[in-house]
Amino acid sequence: MDETLNKLYFRSLVDSEREEAPTPEAHDLRKLKAEAKGLSFYYGEVAALKAVNLPVAEHQVTALIGPSGCGKSTFLRAVNRMHDLYPGSRYEGGIRFYPDDIDLLDKDVDPIEVRMRIGMVFQKPNPFPKSVFDNVAYGLRVRGERNRRLLVEKVEQALRDAALWAEVKDRLDDMALNLSGGQQQRLCIARALATEPELLLFDEPTSALDPIATASIEDLIQGLKARVTILIVTHNMQQAARVSDYTAFMYLGELVEFAPTKTLFTNPSDRRTENYLTGRFG
Amino acid sequence: MPAQDVQEIRQLVARRKRWDKVFAILGLLSMMVGVMTLLALIIDMGIDGGGRLSWDFFTSYPSRHAERAGILSAWVGTALVMLVTAAAAIPLGVMAGIYLEEYAPRNWLTNLMEINVTNLAAVPSIVYGLLALGLFVYQLDFGQSILSAGLTLALMILAVVIVVTREAIRGIPAAIREGSYALGATKWQTVKDHLLPYSMGRILTGIIIGMASAIGETAPLITMGALTFIAFLPPAPVESGFPYLSFDWLFAPFTVMPIQMFNWVSRPQAAFLENAAAAGFVLLGMTLAMNALAIWLRFRFRKRGNW
Ligand SMILES: Nc1ncnc2c1ncn2[C@@H]1O[C@H](COP(=O)(O)OP(=O)(O)OP(=O)(O)O)[C@@H](O)[C@H]1O
Ligand SMILES: [Mg+2]
Repeated sequence: MDETLNKLYFRSLVDSEREEAPTPEAHDLRKLKAEAKGLSFYYGEVAALKAVNLPVAEHQVTALIGPSGCGKSTFLRAVNRMHDLYPGSRYEGGIRFYPDDIDLLDKDVDPIEVRMRIGMVFQKPNPFPKSVFDNVAYGLRVRGERNRRLLVEKVEQALRDAALWAEVKDRLDDMALNLSGGQQQRLCIARALATEPELLLFDEPTSALDPIATASIEDLIQGLKARVTILIVTHNMQQAARVSDYTAFMYLGELVEFAPTKTLFTNPSDRRTENYLTGRFG
Repeated sequence: MPAQDVQEIRQLVARRKRWDKVFAILGLLSMMVGVMTLLALIIDMGIDGGGRLSWDFFTSYPSRHAERAGILSAWVGTALVMLVTAAAAIPLGVMAGIYLEEYAPRNWLTNLMEINVTNLAAVPSIVYGLLALGLFVYQLDFGQSILSAGLTLALMILAVVIVVTREAIRGIPAAIREGSYALGATKWQTVKDHLLPYSMGRILTGIIIGMASAIGETAPLITMGALTFIAFLPPAPVESGFPYLSFDWLFAPFTVMPIQMFNWVSRPQAAFLENAAAAGFVLLGMTLAMNALAIWLRFRFRKRGNW
C-alpha cells in the first residue's frame, strides 16, 4: 500500500540536487503523520542536523539508525521540542505534522501542545519516584483529569497496552523504582500511551535492557502501531530490521538514505549505508 | 608470572598501603579534635551549669537573685523569633531558589543576581543588625520587636536557603525533568509535582541547618536593640474573644537565649556564670535537636526518592 510513497521518497532523497520540496501529489498526505523538511539543528554554532528530509508514515514504524553521534537523538528531540528546554540551540527548516498540517517548530506552536500530542520514551527508563499508578496517571493529571474512576480505567488500559498489567496489577501503589529495568521501561511506555499520543518517539528504548526484556518491548512496538505512529532510534540494526517498516540511515548529521526497511537492508543505494550495514564503520 | 614479579608486586602494594594507614590515623586524629571539643563543651557546661537545670529554671523569669533566675522569657523569645524567621525565610528562599534555577533566563542579569546571592551569605551578621536597625526598626517602624528580630535572622539565612534549594533542585536528574515535560507538563507543574517534592528532604535539611546557626546569633540582635533583661512574656497568640488569633506578640520586646547568656556572663557573681552555663547547655541542646531533626528528615525522604 505504501509503494508509491516509498518510490517517490526514495527517489527524492537520492536525487539530492533537486531543491524544491516534493510536490503535493508526490506522496499521499493522508498516509503521512509527520515530515521533516530541510531540518537543520544547531547546538550553539555546531550543526548537529543538516537539512534532513524524513517522512514518517502513519501507523508505521520508522527506524532511525546510524553511528553514535550522527544526530539520531537530536532529531528525535527536535520532533517534540525537547531542545526548547535548553538555551542556545536553533532550528532551521521545519517538521510538518498531519493531519492538521502544522509546523511543529513554528514559533507560534506551543511546545507544550506539541508534547501533549507526541509522546516520548527515553533510552534509560526514567520513572518518577512515585507509585506505579501515579506514574501512568501523570500525563492525564497534567491534562486536568481528576475523575478517579476514569483515571483507574485509563491507567489499567495503558498498562495492558504496555504488556505490564499482569505483573503490576497487585502493586499499583508500590514505588515505580522497585520495578525491574525492563518493567520500568514498559512503565514508561504505559505512561506515554496513557495520554493517547498520535506519535510516539522511542530513543533507543532497549539499550539498557537484557535480551528478554528487549524482545518483549520489540513485540510491544509491533503491536502498538495499529494505534499510534512510531519513530524509533536504535543502535541495533537487527532491531531496526525486526520492528520497523521504514528505515532511515543517518551519518554525520545528514540523512543519507531512507527506504522501506527491507530495501534498505538488502539493497542499499548509498555506499555509506552499505558500509555501515556491513560493519565497516560505526 | 615469575615468582620474583609477584614478590615485587606485594612489596609495592605493602608500600602503598602504608600511606593508607598513615592517612587513616591522621583522619581519625582530625576527627577526634572536633568530637572531643564538642564533648568537652558539653561536659564542661554540664558540670558548671548542670546544678541549675530544673523545671524552675525553664519557668522562671530572669532575676537579680541568681538562684531564682530562669530562662522563661529567653526560650520563649528564641522560639518565637525562630518561628518568624522560618515563616519568612522558607517561602522567600525556596521561591527565589526555584526562580533562579528553573525560570530565570540565562543572561548577565541573572548572573549578577547569582553573584549577589552568593555574597549575601558572606555578609557579617552584625551588618545585618545594622540593616535591621535602619530598615525594620525605624523605617518600617516595627520597633525592637520579635518581628524585626525574626526578619533580621531570616535575611541572614536567606542566602543559605536559596543556595540549598538550587542545589537540591539541580540534583534531580535531567531525565526526570524531561520525563515530565515530555508528557506535556508545564514548568509550574514540573516544579510542583516533581522538582519540589523530590528535593524537599534536602531543602528542609539545609533550612534547618541554617536555622540552627541563626538560633545562636547574638550580634545582629544586640545591634538591632534587643533587650537583655525581660521579665514578662509577649502577648499570647490565641485569645478567648473574637478574632481568637492575635498577632500583637510580633511587636513585643523580647530577649533570646544567647543574649540572656551574654547578660549573665557579664555579671561579676559566680552564681550567674552557673546560670549562663546552664542556659548554654539548653541552647546547645536546641541546636543538636534541630540537627537531629534534619538528619531524620533526610533519612525519611531518602527512603522515598532515590535514583
Ligand atoms: N547538548 C549538546 N550540546 C552540544 N552538542 C551536543 C549536545 N548533544 C549532542 N551534541 C552533539 O550533537 C551530535 C549528535 O548527537 P546525538 O546525541 O543526536 O547523537 P546520536 O546519534 O543520538 O548518538 P548516540 O547513538 O550515541 O546516542 C554529536 O556530535 C554530539 O556531540
Ligand atoms: Mg542518542
